[in-house]
Amino acid sequence: MTEIVQPAPVPLLSARKVRKSFGGVQVLKGITLSVNPGEVMCLLGPSGSGKSTFLRCINHLERIDGGRISVDGELIGYAQRQNRIYEMNPREVAKQRRGIGMVFQRFNLFPHMTALENVTAAPIGVKKLPKQQALKRGLDLLERVGLADLAQSYPAQLSGGQQQRVAIARSLAMDPKLLLFDEPTSALDPELVGDVLDVMRALAADGMTMIVVTHEIGFARGAADSVVFMDGGVVVESGPPSSVLDNPQNERTKAFLDSVM
Amino acid sequence: MSSVAISERPPEVSTDAVDPDDIVAVPLRHPWRWVVAALLLAAFVTLAVSLWDNENIHHPTITEFLFNPRILSGVVLTLVITVIAMVISTVLGVLIAVMRLSSNPVMNVMAWVYVWVFRGTPLLIQIVFWGYLGLLYAQISLGVPFTDFTLFSIDTNTLIPAFTAGLLALTLNQAAYSAEIVRAGMLSVDQGQYEAAYSVGMSPTFTLFKVVLPQAMRVIIPPMGNETISMLKNTSLLSVIAVLELYTVATQISSQNLRQVELLVVVSCWYLFLTSMLSIPQYYLERHFGRGNARSLPPTPIQRMSALLRHTRPVGVVEDPTNPAQVVTKGAHS
Repeated sequence: MTEIVQPAPVPLLSARKVRKSFGGVQVLKGITLSVNPGEVMCLLGPSGSGKSTFLRCINHLERIDGGRISVDGELIGYAQRQNRIYEMNPREVAKQRRGIGMVFQRFNLFPHMTALENVTAAPIGVKKLPKQQALKRGLDLLERVGLADLAQSYPAQLSGGQQQRVAIARSLAMDPKLLLFDEPTSALDPELVGDVLDVMRALAADGMTMIVVTHEIGFARGAADSVVFMDGGVVVESGPPSSVLDNPQNERTKAFLDSVM
Repeated sequence: MSSVAISERPPEVSTDAVDPDDIVAVPLRHPWRWVVAALLLAAFVTLAVSLWDNENIHHPTITEFLFNPRILSGVVLTLVITVIAMVISTVLGVLIAVMRLSSNPVMNVMAWVYVWVFRGTPLLIQIVFWGYLGLLYAQISLGVPFTDFTLFSIDTNTLIPAFTAGLLALTLNQAAYSAEIVRAGMLSVDQGQYEAAYSVGMSPTFTLFKVVLPQAMRVIIPPMGNETISMLKNTSLLSVIAVLELYTVATQISSQNLRQVELLVVVSCWYLFLTSMLSIPQYYLERHFGRGNARSLPPTPIQRMSALLRHTRPVGVVEDPTNPAQVVTKGAHS
């Protein structure tokens, strides 16, 4: 009897020994991890542990000092031509970022645009999608995050939770392969957190590959396929939520989980 | 029992009835305000009368020259110079501001030097300088530097007549000030806006024009309104190089009829009128770029007036049922 061997999945994100310093302080001391397509990874850890910095390195908002990050087989920030590696120019970096969406802690919606304009600005202006098509898709996306009736509202007229859901729709509008969430619920009133997490759970269920920096242990337990605990710029512990969250092996993980739960 | 007694008498909502707990007091008087106001009014009336009855001012001359064709052509030229100089200087200003914020050190220093030179020397001197450029370069030619090859050569005074010299001086000087205003506006935009724009794949140039500058405009427009008013008045300095704008025309007329004061009054009336007119586009520009900043835009003066005529509340104010002030006024009217 021959066993059908499943080929090992090619990771969508692979980071190897990523290092980053800010003014002599090393924030990332060699992060190695990978995320498979369709997987949801939650990054946990105390503030200052380098989670957000690592996330920002993935879409080249920060330039890494060492190691390498590749998304879907492409090196981030560098182009390989004839066995040589060249640093990308801003235009090439911008093109690469289209495949990686990001949702910020403080929403960062464009305040001078309506919700719909926020969602359609990049598809129309960057991807050169026909306007009617972009508007239709924008409304579909707003509907998906439950805000179709607020399409013409400006960010200042929306609650924090609504703004964050518009921000999620905006990042989805470029059809990213990978979505990064940088503490998406930390700036929200407690009663608004649920709406945003519901949208994120729905995305995870639809098979979106997501990396989520969060302090919501409940979300990590329910939606994550893997959990990575970082502290002091290194990965301390990683694995499925059942092992990292419910049966942590490392003392620092235990102490952190005790303090947040 | 007691709870029944309370429910029998509904709580008073009327504001007319005097509650015994409310204090009825004599309001505070301000006698000195009246004294100061009376003194100021008296001074103003004295001044106005002294001007009106002044034998040295020949009032018919003022009315005669207010709409004189030469004066009107001066007004037109003043407006034309103001508009062209402001438009070009704003474009230049954005360019210099972007240069100053760029990471290229040469661009950075060049922009700094530009602002340093044009802001650091008097505008009057710059105007005279451009007016007498022919003394510095008699011919202006285009060719390959340090060789004898020239594409064309032209007399400086032909290439740059007084009008062009004046326009150049005002534009280049204004660009230095505008650059600093634009730079301040760009610095006022949150860093998170750049990150959000980059994260959806926008290039730095696209981000500048679609995300950063539209938001910077809210900060840029009020001081630029100021600069436009300054520019309008500074065009009068072009009289030193004989550009036929409003003030030059007025001095030419008064040197013939010797009615200096009257023509200064005519000119002042025009400058006041034009600066007042300029505040209208500024209001609407501020409104346009302020969108999304307030929860609801205030009504425009036209909307306010039409609302007043119709005796309804102004358009644009969203009725907020949670706002007690609005609920009370509504109740009082019904």
